[in-house]
Amino acid sequence: MANPIEQFKIQPLVPLKVAGVDISFTNSSAMMVLSICAITLFLTLSVRSRALVPGRWQSMAEVFYEFIAGMLRDNVGSEGRKYFPFIFSLFMFVLFGNVLGMLPLPVIGFTYTSHVIVTFAMALVVFLGVTAIGFSRHGLHYLRMFFPEGAPIATAVILIPIELISYFSRPFSLAVRLFANMTVGHIILKVMGGFVVSLGAFYLIPGVVPFAFLSAITVLEFGIALLQAYVFTILSCIYLHDAIHMH
Amino acid sequence: MPQFDPTFFAPQLFWLALTFFTLYMLMTVIALPKIGAVLDERQRKIDDNLDKAAQLKAEAEAAVAAYEKALAESRAHAHSVIKEASDRLATEAEARNRELNARLAEQIKAGEARIASAKDAAMANVRDVALDVAGAAIARLVGGAADNARLEAAVAAALEEHGK
Repeated sequence: MANPIEQFKIQPLVPLKVAGVDISFTNSSAMMVLSICAITLFLTLSVRSRALVPGRWQSMAEVFYEFIAGMLRDNVGSEGRKYFPFIFSLFMFVLFGNVLGMLPLPVIGFTYTSHVIVTFAMALVVFLGVTAIGFSRHGLHYLRMFFPEGAPIATAVILIPIELISYFSRPFSLAVRLFANMTVGHIILKVMGGFVVSLGAFYLIPGVVPFAFLSAITVLEFGIALLQAYVFTILSCIYLHDAIHMH
Repeated sequence: MPQFDPTFFAPQLFWLALTFFTLYMLMTVIALPKIGAVLDERQRKIDDNLDKAAQLKAEAEAAVAAYEKALAESRAHAHSVIKEASDRLATEAEARNRELNARLAEQIKAGEARIASAKDAAMANVRDVALDVAGAAIARLVGGAADNARLEAAVAAALEEHGK
């Protein structure tokens, strides 16, 4: 039986090396490319007819668009409009990474959001971008983030370290939340699948129980795939709100 | 865990950057404007239709107001026409009434005059007849003609007594 960790292994499909840096095209890269192709095709083909009364596919594309636009409007306000393409891309990229990772695709089947380096890179881009926006909008006043207006000066000793820690732990919590959810979910699926095979090989009945459980967990994992993409995006929106409006 | 193996950090980061940047550009340039245009167009069409509906409603209300105004006007007009006609008829009837009354009064007066003259004539006749009767009676009873002057006085006294 396959090791449940093995599914996270990266397999180079086309080894590449440029200026001493390994940039091999791997199964992870293949899924990323597949994701952006799927996202683009989905969003462009579905609205091709520009129907006034949308069909199924067009409604779905519109739902995504309005969902993220609404999230940005509610959490950031009108100043957030110019970050809409970024937030939308972030949501779709994470969502398709999570959902396509659930498909048992041959050779390239892989969940790139289950790799902490990927989620951390995205979280870091959000974190650095938000910090840059904060400083460019408020200048040094942005440092007020770490010591709220009106707080007694004596509390600075406690408040500033707490605020600093909470601020700098943002990219880590953002990255680890997504990575851990995806990893654990896929491990559970794999382990359950192993149970189905090993128990079902001997008797039919004992295999049914883990199979039912596996089915339920699969549904749950699709929910988590959606939810984690949502959480990643809404937290990015909230950080963006903090940077634009301060607390 | 393969997640913590740094061997594949570089290719993952490279492909993440490449694909995410590509996705960002695709979304910014192609997909989002397209969906946004569809949504805007729908919103515009809905707003247009709402505007049109509001305009039609206003028009309908104006038409109703005009209709009611016309109705009130014609009602008032009809009222005045009726009033005028009834006034005219009333005055006409009054005039005719008065004329008729006058003519009747005249006729009555003429009739009364005629009755009075007829009565006078009849009274005069009665006196002659009484004179004749009385003369004849006296002649038969007494024999010979009666004294005319005394007879006339007696008849006049009798007539006087019985009321004219």
